[in-house]
Amino acid sequence: MCTDMQRIAGRSAGLTDVPFTFCPGCTHGTIMRLIAEILEELEIIDNTIGISPVGCAGFSQDFFNCDFIGAAHGRAQAVGIGVKRSLPDRMVFTYQGDGDIAAIGTQHAIHSAARGENITSIMVNNAIFGMTGGQMAPTTLDGMKTATSPYGKNTGTDGMPIDMPKILATLNGAVYVAAVSVDSPKEIANAKKCIKKAFKVQMAGLGFAFVSVLSTCPTNWGISPVESLSWLRENMMPIYEMGELKVTEEVAKL
Amino acid sequence: MELERILLKGNQIIGEAAIRSGCKLFFGYPITPSTEVVEYLSAQFPKRGGDMVQAEDEIGAINMCYGAACTGNRVMTASSSPGVSLKQEGISYAAAVELPMVIVNVNRCGPGLGGLGPAQSDYYQSTRGGGHGDYRTIVLAPSKAQELYDFTMDAFDLADKHRNPVILHTDGFLGQTMEPVWLKERPEAPEYDRSWIVDGAKGREKRVLASYSLTNEIGEANNLKWEAKYKHIEETEQRWEEFHTEDAEYLLVSYGTTGRICKSTVLNARKRGIKLGLIRPITLWPFPKKAFAPLIDNLKGIVTVELNTGQMIEDVQLAVQCKKPVYLFRRQGGMLPTEHEILDDLMSKFDLTNEEA
Repeated sequence: MCTDMQRIAGRSAGLTDVPFTFCPGCTHGTIMRLIAEILEELEIIDNTIGISPVGCAGFSQDFFNCDFIGAAHGRAQAVGIGVKRSLPDRMVFTYQGDGDIAAIGTQHAIHSAARGENITSIMVNNAIFGMTGGQMAPTTLDGMKTATSPYGKNTGTDGMPIDMPKILATLNGAVYVAAVSVDSPKEIANAKKCIKKAFKVQMAGLGFAFVSVLSTCPTNWGISPVESLSWLRENMMPIYEMGELKVTEEVAKL
Repeated sequence: MELERILLKGNQIIGEAAIRSGCKLFFGYPITPSTEVVEYLSAQFPKRGGDMVQAEDEIGAINMCYGAACTGNRVMTASSSPGVSLKQEGISYAAAVELPMVIVNVNRCGPGLGGLGPAQSDYYQSTRGGGHGDYRTIVLAPSKAQELYDFTMDAFDLADKHRNPVILHTDGFLGQTMEPVWLKERPEAPEYDRSWIVDGAKGREKRVLASYSLTNEIGEANNLKWEAKYKHIEETEQRWEEFHTEDAEYLLVSYGTTGRICKSTVLNARKRGIKLGLIRPITLWPFPKKAFAPLIDNLKGIVTVELNTGQMIEDVQLAVQCKKPVYLFRRQGGMLPTEHEILDDLMSKFDLTNEEA
């Protein structure tokens, strides 16, 4: 008989009771859960302010159990910097999509990294604009059909996919940059490890930490959830450089 | 206690007043003719406490203000016309989340890149919301250095009192002119409600500051709430200065730099026996409609003096309900009128040559 009940699974205290409203097979929920668990494990739920963007990632403000600010499209990092400069002892993270960071708000990502702003940014990259119904993003792959590239993305005129972590890793103020995925249990475990490190970087006051998470969008990709995971592995992972792209000496000691 | 008196450029005075208002956060981007504000604060904050970011652009700056304002701390940005245009989306968001913040617009003349001379061509932008959506910002129009100081302090108080962005609407002439200013200390600001701020959910439920309306019903309820606030501000915060209006038959209406020039015009007219008065709006929004009612019956006509193609004139026409003729005298493109030009124009418009003393 077991007398000492131990909790081995359950909903993270970092999440509210609001059920996720994402489309079937979307991995936003997985990524949010990882972050929620990290907030709980680091005991910072009540000391953290999250910044939500515009797009599917914007729903994060309803799901996380910490204070949240809704930003204009692309501006989450600028808003987060305003919060952090005002309250330096609070934890601030942005949860943004690839459209938010790699298109309309690119300048804030670049300069957050350049100034070494002590915030944590999570970019969810599904290579498409999800909320508006599947239009081309700067992260859309060569030949990929979307609502605004119905004949397939022509990289000659529409541009090659932007690999945001790679760009940010070149800037000195970005002390930790990682690109991870959540397509398999192994990758999910690794993603959690990296995102946790990105929060610890901020706790230690070391500078700007950025994690890109490859994610699926079965609805707008027009394939099943299972096929989406394979598609991500076969098509996105070879294009986007994966792993820890930048770990400064100080971060390595954490 | 004896008051300290200092000589500073207008833009520096704004910075000094912000510090003495308890503002410790500034986010901006240099643009002539507002740049001395960011320069002054970047020199003063390290010595006197405070943090600032010279942002990547005006959009970054206003959104940093948005984030800082969410924490309940006083925050300011300063820019000039094209830069303020870039900030408009952020100001709209700040109005929707009802954030106190002070936005300084040291007007250039426009449109486009325009020039650096004094202008009032952003009157519509300041008083009609400026960005998308149906919102208002409180707009204060100083006309001299002491008012740059006093109104900057007022701006922070009004922003906190009404939880609303406040625009300090000035121009390059005021910003670049050096004048002495009494450094009046402020009585302690009253404690405003802080139950809305976001600073980490320690010992309380989480809070969300965001402006998305999930349903049309929520959208309408929000707009009705904001409308009620704007109506309350319109009712309670109209400010203006009257100059020789008691027996006025003719009235000039002018604010800021031209409001100051018009005082000389009034004095010159009075020497000639013309009963001229001046209403100088101090709040451009809410526009001081109340100023006109007691004077209207005695008036033969009104001239607005503006540095644009005639923008405030519409508010004056509405205020007097077109019961009296309202004309415009304007200079544009960075040019200022002399007090004599204004008087000559008034006299020709109302055929006053025979009334000369």
